[in-house]
Amino acid sequence: MKLNLRLPVAAAIAIAVGIIVLAGTLIQHPAFALLNSLSEIFLLWAVILAAAALLVGVVNLAQVHWNKISTRQPGSAYSTVLILSLLGTTLIAGVFGPTHPWSLWLFNNIQVPAESSLLALLTVVLIFGAARLIGRKMNLFTLVFVGTALLVLLGSASLPGLETSVFIDLRGWIQRVLATAGARGILLGVALGTIATGLRVLMGVDRPYGG
Amino acid sequence: MNLPELLSPGLLGIIFIILFTALMTGFTFARRSQPVRFLRTIPAFSRLARAIGLAVEAGNRLHVSLGRGELNGIEGGAALIGLTVLQRIARVASASDRPPVATSGTGTLTVLSQDTLRSTYRRMGAADQLEPASGQLTGLTPFSYAAGVLPVIQDQQVSATFLAGHLGSEAALIADAGERDGSLTLAGSDQIPGQAVLYATAQELLIGEELFAAGAYMQAGPMHFASLRAQDVMRWVLIIVILAGLIARAAGVL
Repeated sequence: MKLNLRLPVAAAIAIAVGIIVLAGTLIQHPAFALLNSLSEIFLLWAVILAAAALLVGVVNLAQVHWNKISTRQPGSAYSTVLILSLLGTTLIAGVFGPTHPWSLWLFNNIQVPAESSLLALLTVVLIFGAARLIGRKMNLFTLVFVGTALLVLLGSASLPGLETSVFIDLRGWIQRVLATAGARGILLGVALGTIATGLRVLMGVDRPYGG
Repeated sequence: MNLPELLSPGLLGIIFIILFTALMTGFTFARRSQPVRFLRTIPAFSRLARAIGLAVEAGNRLHVSLGRGELNGIEGGAALIGLTVLQRIARVASASDRPPVATSGTGTLTVLSQDTLRSTYRRMGAADQLEPASGQLTGLTPFSYAAGVLPVIQDQQVSATFLAGHLGSEAALIADAGERDGSLTLAGSDQIPGQAVLYATAQELLIGEELFAAGAYMQAGPMHFASLRAQDVMRWVLIIVILAGLIARAAGVL
């Protein structure tokens, strides 16, 4: 019978490291200096491992797009652009460093405009999304959602001739009182869910490391 | 020890964690001796279950968008839920010709999504069906991540997309691509801006902690049901603490 020790060993390491890091974060006392140091070391290792995983991820990205090119799938021209950009950026930033004017030129003239245009696209998508929402799910919550969005918009950029402090004050009140209260309530639920998820990993119930 | 020392964040944190762990363990054991507890209907999970079945029958692909959460940050919780969802979907979809595809915006999540898919398919005896591109990194910044996901939805015969993880406003672009492609789009994020834009663009949205209930609704084990009940109890504890703090503040004690 083949004995697979990979999963129990991985689970034991994950649980032990998780408990040490959690305890090191919560217990801040000179008597537990060793625990705090261990916790910091493990966190540093996590950052190094995340950087190594990032490299693996970039290799995966290149591999996926290389496969697209080699099998001549639809959109392989875009994959060619991606591979060439990846090679060019790696070469320039690798040889001259990330703060060299050439690296910064690439960032300021290609990366920033491309992402800005996607941000602009997002506003159009949201307008269409709101229109679709009214058609798809017309209820009280949709009315509140769309109405609030309109009021905040009017308070942010009022129409010519309609510059009144009412909308500006209303926007401020919505953001300070209603939005903050709602967001805090949602965030409390998210925080509880995050803690429960973390505890399941610490107990070895959720094992995202496969095995 | 005076009151401020007694209420130090570290001590309160330890008490909170111990209480939460005790509740989760207690509810897990209590559940074994009790009949199955009824969970309220969340339309997103009902539609997801139907979509998985339809995708397996029609030979379509399911897509899980895991977002950009690093596991060593607070956003790791939502990312871990995304991986649980991926595992449950992969178990069912292993009977299909097309394995699910997972997209992520960090290296760690990419490695873990590949590992999750590989281990699930191996356990289901379908390891040879898994494709190398099933777990892929699509971009490292919010908008490059979203831009990389769009061709996956359009080119890979995706019938349903489940966005589950740390996603901001860029999630609207992904949800819109799914809508235009005629596929079902379900979403849950731990970020407020992400939830706001997804309310308008996704067909079904999981608000707040509903995302963290995914394990219980997808039958991931008794501990997931126990977590839900523990969260309910802890929510009431928090409400009482907030009200007590308010009264103490008004009375000038704090």
